[in-house]
Amino acid sequence: MEKFTKLTGIAAPLPLVNVDTDMIIPKQFLKTIKREGLGVNLFDEMRYDQDGNENPDFVLNQPAWREAEILVAGDNFGCGSSREHAPWAIKDFGIRCVIAPSFADIFFNNCFKNGILPIVLPQEQVDILMKDAEKGANARMTVDLENQVITTSDGEEIAFNVDPFRKHCLLEGLDDIGLTLEKAPAIADYESRMAQTRPWI
Amino acid sequence: MTGKTLYDKIWDAHLVDQAEDGTCLLYIDRHLVHEVTSPQAFEGLRMSGRKVHSPDKTIAVPDHNVPTTEGRENVANMTEESRIQVQALDKNARDFGIHYYPVSDVRQGIVHIVGPEQGWTLPGMTVVCGDSHTATHGAFGALAHGIGTSEVEHVLATQTLIQKKSKNMKVEITGKLAPGVTAKDITLAVIGKTGTAGGTGYVIEYCGEAIRDLSMEGRMTVCNMAIEGGARAGLIAPDEKTFEYVKGRPHAPKGAQWEAALAWWKTLYSDDDAHWDKVVTIAAEDIAPVVTWGTSPEDVLPITGTVPAPEDFAGGKVDAARRSLDYMGLEPGMALTDIKVDAVFIGSCTNGRIEDLRAAAAILKGKKLAPGVRGMVVPGSGLVRAQAEEEGLDVIFKEAGFEWRLAGCSMCLGMNPDQLAPGERCAATSNRNFEGRMGRGGRTHLMSPVMAAAAAVTGHLTDVRELT
Repeated sequence: MEKFTKLTGIAAPLPLVNVDTDMIIPKQFLKTIKREGLGVNLFDEMRYDQDGNENPDFVLNQPAWREAEILVAGDNFGCGSSREHAPWAIKDFGIRCVIAPSFADIFFNNCFKNGILPIVLPQEQVDILMKDAEKGANARMTVDLENQVITTSDGEEIAFNVDPFRKHCLLEGLDDIGLTLEKAPAIADYESRMAQTRPWI
Repeated sequence: MTGKTLYDKIWDAHLVDQAEDGTCLLYIDRHLVHEVTSPQAFEGLRMSGRKVHSPDKTIAVPDHNVPTTEGRENVANMTEESRIQVQALDKNARDFGIHYYPVSDVRQGIVHIVGPEQGWTLPGMTVVCGDSHTATHGAFGALAHGIGTSEVEHVLATQTLIQKKSKNMKVEITGKLAPGVTAKDITLAVIGKTGTAGGTGYVIEYCGEAIRDLSMEGRMTVCNMAIEGGARAGLIAPDEKTFEYVKGRPHAPKGAQWEAALAWWKTLYSDDDAHWDKVVTIAAEDIAPVVTWGTSPEDVLPITGTVPAPEDFAGGKVDAARRSLDYMGLEPGMALTDIKVDAVFIGSCTNGRIEDLRAAAAILKGKKLAPGVRGMVVPGSGLVRAQAEEEGLDVIFKEAGFEWRLAGCSMCLGMNPDQLAPGERCAATSNRNFEGRMGRGGRTHLMSPVMAAAAAVTGHLTDVRELT
């Protein structure tokens, strides 16, 4: 997995609540058997019209935010389907960090598996970052995972929390499966106990 | 020492390892797999030279993008992309030696209907699937939730998941449901009350007289939409109805193992002195038949209500409501019963079981679809379809003018040929009314099977209580 340490980049404002994973990547793009190439269809139905032309009003189509690497969004971001295609599309577009007052559980988990940092902050602080993001391309935010702090384009610092294990995995780019396989003896031990106590499993 | 919740008990019984920071390794008893969220996971195994840790605990079935029309076992009748995914699952099931129900098998269907039907889902288990509606299996008192593809690969390789424990929420539905009010109305009413993020960070246990009174089918409907309320999982403590449902199913324990299992299952309930982080109580008699008006499952109102105005809301929901009304083509203040529909969809992992088809057929018997309305019934599995045909339900649907389809996810997520056209408005028994969910520009109103059947007959959203 790609490491996430410190990111300085353009933040795109998406002040919508309940952005669901069908919005992030509609179902017709789930027919791929690969993880790459979904960025062009990120937010497809908001980003393009029926004929595939760009909708000029959508934030990621505007010159200031086409190169966005951070997304600032509303409550309950990533709700709905478990599709990991949602973080795959976000990452493929080039966004490595999503900031919102809350995230849906499965999407939140999926981000960490793909080198994306989702940050939960109180609404008031998200509002500050939303305003900063609205300034556009000359305004760059910095997200420092090691020190757990976001710095706005004005130099204002906002601290954030992150689970220590997940932080460690992101900073080091660690593969979960490799880590778990180191615990193979504990798994084998559990299985032999279960063969006795719950053999019907 | 305080008592434990049902969730606590299942969690403790599956703990393989716990790190100092609280990160846990949880054993997974059943891993359900479908064609859309698994190809990259199997590919990951191949690339790292890993095997499936427990093929005997891994069950695969294609459901999301299979067509629901006759002749589909001939893969030439699928679109190329769908064919690639279904054939990839065929190959992965074969190469890795996991249980598999191919399209041609009568037992094929929606993964969350097939699992319980075949007795794979049992009380006290941990069940995961790369699909958010895995919550369905919680109806058996199993800890069941959706996972992403990276986690699918993790479970395939290790039969475990890295987890942190969620908080405990109790949702109690007291008293008895009124006639015409169903499990779907309960689950939508709960989301209407708590919001789509109200359950975030929690595992919900549904309890109370109205929940106990539900059949296993109804309980699956309730738990299925726990995810729509944001919860990691929904649970209902197993009881005699659960044991009765499970007994004799192909993969349920038999003989002495059945007795041993039963003895353990009977210990799976929340203790009286268990700690709850949040409690929600709703009186069953306060629940009316409900429908959704917007593009979030929390946009729920009793059918007797009117379309709200954006100003009725606060915060970010004001803009969201404005956007929803625009997308749905609705004006504030109009009666919900004045909303005309173009299509009716009966099916999905929420309401595609035999009881759902019986309930809809009871309303439709001897009646016709309103002029200009198209209707589709998609049984949740091949066995549900066969049972319905044995009971003559297919005849009722066909005589009413509905299409009688083969099993699959169908229009619920529109990954297959079954989709709404732009602007087309549908009364649906499925679980998500998101923008574009059932087809780009399609407009979805969620409701129960009897309410969908009522809308089919009148051509507009209808209070089923006035029809019967």
